[in-house]
Amino acid sequence: MGAMNAEDMAQYKGVFVFAQQVDNKVSGISFELIGEGKRLAEKLDTDVTAVLIGSEVSGLVDELAEYGADKVIVVDDPELKDYRTEPYAHALASVINEYKPEIMLVGATAIGRDLGPTVSARVATGLTADCTLLEIGDFPLVALPNQVQKHNQLLMTRPAFGGNTIATIACPDNRPQMATVRPGVMQKLDRVAGKKAEVINYNPGFTPNNKYVEILEISKAVSDIKDIMDAKILVSGGRGVGSAENFKLLDDLAEVLGGQVSCSRAVVDSGWKPKELQVGQTGKTVRPNVYFAIGISGAIQHVAGMEESDIIVAINKDEDAPIFDVADYGVVGDLNKIVPALTEAIKAQLANK
Amino acid sequence: MKVIVCIKQVPDTKGGVQFNPDGTLNRGAMLSIMNPDDKAGLEAALRLKDEYGAEVTVLTMGLPKAADVLQEAIAMGADKGVLVTDRVLGGADTWATSTTIAGALRKLEYDLIITGRQAIDGDTAQVGPQIAEHLGLPVISYAQEIKVDGDSVIVKRQYDDGYHMLKAKMPCLITALSELNEPRYMTPGGIFDAVNAEITTFGRADLVDVDDSNIGLKGSPTKIAKASDKVRKGAGEKVVPDSPEDAVNYIVGKLCEKHVI
Repeated sequence: MGAMNAEDMAQYKGVFVFAQQVDNKVSGISFELIGEGKRLAEKLDTDVTAVLIGSEVSGLVDELAEYGADKVIVVDDPELKDYRTEPYAHALASVINEYKPEIMLVGATAIGRDLGPTVSARVATGLTADCTLLEIGDFPLVALPNQVQKHNQLLMTRPAFGGNTIATIACPDNRPQMATVRPGVMQKLDRVAGKKAEVINYNPGFTPNNKYVEILEISKAVSDIKDIMDAKILVSGGRGVGSAENFKLLDDLAEVLGGQVSCSRAVVDSGWKPKELQVGQTGKTVRPNVYFAIGISGAIQHVAGMEESDIIVAINKDEDAPIFDVADYGVVGDLNKIVPALTEAIKAQLANK
Repeated sequence: MKVIVCIKQVPDTKGGVQFNPDGTLNRGAMLSIMNPDDKAGLEAALRLKDEYGAEVTVLTMGLPKAADVLQEAIAMGADKGVLVTDRVLGGADTWATSTTIAGALRKLEYDLIITGRQAIDGDTAQVGPQIAEHLGLPVISYAQEIKVDGDSVIVKRQYDDGYHMLKAKMPCLITALSELNEPRYMTPGGIFDAVNAEITTFGRADLVDVDDSNIGLKGSPTKIAKASDKVRKGAGEKVVPDSPEDAVNYIVGKLCEKHVI
C-alpha cells in the first residue's frame, strides 16, 4: 500500500487496545494489553484507550479502568453478543477510522488472530502477528543515507520459523501500527480499586450482510481446570511419561508443591491430557517460578512456550535431549524412579519445617 | 461446486531444524514440504470432491520451484494447479501476499476457498482472513470440521475454551487447522496424472484489480527492522546421578537453595 501522507499520519494519536471479553467476562489478555499499552503510551506522552466490544458490556468498564485504562470506548450492540468476525471487525475498524489511534494492540488469541487480520486489511495498514516484545524506537534502527529515519515508531518483535528466529518489524508509513500480542508475555498493572476512566459510547450501526455468519451452536469445554498461565509451579510431562495413567506421578509431585500439571504437544496429540494444558508454540506461553520438564525432549516449539520460566528443572533419560540446553538443572535418569522419590523427599522436607 | 485451496511450500521446521556452523538457519538443508494446515485444507477439499464431485484447484504463490507443491497436491487428487509467480511479487508481507492472491482468485471461479490457518515458517495466520476481506467474503477461521449443506457450509470453529458451529453462505473462505483430518497419500495414478497435469502460471499481468502499490516488497506496509537467530539463555547444569536417590538429593538441594521449598 502506498505511504500515508504526513498530514494524515499526524492525526493518529494514542495507544488503543482491544479489550476482549467472552460471555461478559474480560479475558486476561485485555489487562496485559492495557499494562503494556500504558508503558508504551508513557514513552509517547499519550494515554491508553481500551476498546470494549460486545452486548450489554458496560458493566466491565470499571474493571478496565482499575487495571489502567485512561479511556474506554464502548461499542454495545445486540449483534455483538457472541464473537463473529464480521460485526466485530466492523466495530473495531469503525472505531479506528473514527478515533485514529497511533497504535492498535489486539491479543493473539483464537479471536484476535481472526479479528486482527480482517481489521488491518479493512483499514489498510500493516499487522505484525504474535508479538512477544514491543518497544518505541527509530526506524531504520540506524540512520541510513537516502532514507529518512523516523522516530517514535512501534518496533514489534516476534518469533518466526517455529521459534528458531526472531524478527523486529516496523510499520513506518501507515497508521495505525497494529500488532497482535501473545497472551502471557506482557505484564498487567496492579489493580487500583475505584480508579475511573473516561467512557465514550460509540455505535457505527450494524446491518447484517453476506459476511455475517450464523451461530448454530456454542459449546464450552466444561472445565474447572485452573489456567496454567497463572501457576507459580508447573510440573510438565511429555511423551516420555508413557501413558495417561502414569501422569499420576506428576499429579502427586504437583500436589506437594502446590503447583499444577501441564504438558507438551505430544501428550495432547496422544489424548492423555486436554489441549488447555499444552505449553508451547501452538499451546500456551507460561512463565512460572519453577518449571519441571519431565520426559519432555524439548522441541523448539515447546521451548518457545516455557523458556521464560525463572527456574527450569529437566528430568530425561536421554542425555542428548535438547531440553537440557535450556534447563537450569538437568538430571539424566528414569523419571519413573526419580519423580515418586522426589515427591516423597519434598513431602518429608516440608513436614520438617 | 468449485473449491480452490491455497497452499504454501515451506521449509520443514518440525523434522529437526538444521543450523549452519555460524548458528544461522540452514534453509538449503531442510526439506520443503506442503504446509501442514494447508494439507489438511486440501484433504477437506478432496473429501468434498469424493462426496459431491467438487472440482478442486490448488493455488500457490512463490518461486517457480513452488510448482512442486502443486504437483504433490495433484498427485493426492486435486484437478488443477495455478502458480502465481513474478519477480515483482517477491518480498511481500501478509498484506501484499493477500492482495496478490486475491487478485489471482478474481480470475478464477469458486464457491469455496480453503486456506491453512497459518504457515509454519511465518506463523501469522493473517493471509486467509485478509484474502476474504479483499474479496468481500465471509471468513471462518480455525476450522476443525467442514460440512456442506445446500448452498452453505457448516463449520466447527475452534476457540480456546470450546467451539462454535457456524453456518456461512457460499462463496466463503475457511481457514483449516491441521487437526481437521489425516491427509491422504499420493497415489501411483495420481503421480502419473501430476506429471501430465495442467499447471497454469499467473504473472503480475494476470492479477485482476490489483494496484502496483499493493504488491511485493514495495507494497508491504510492514518492514523488517532486524532479524536474527534467537538467542537462548543457554544450558545450566546437567548431572548424571548414580541413583534415583542422588537425583532426588540434587533436585531437593537446588529447590532449597532457591527457596522454592
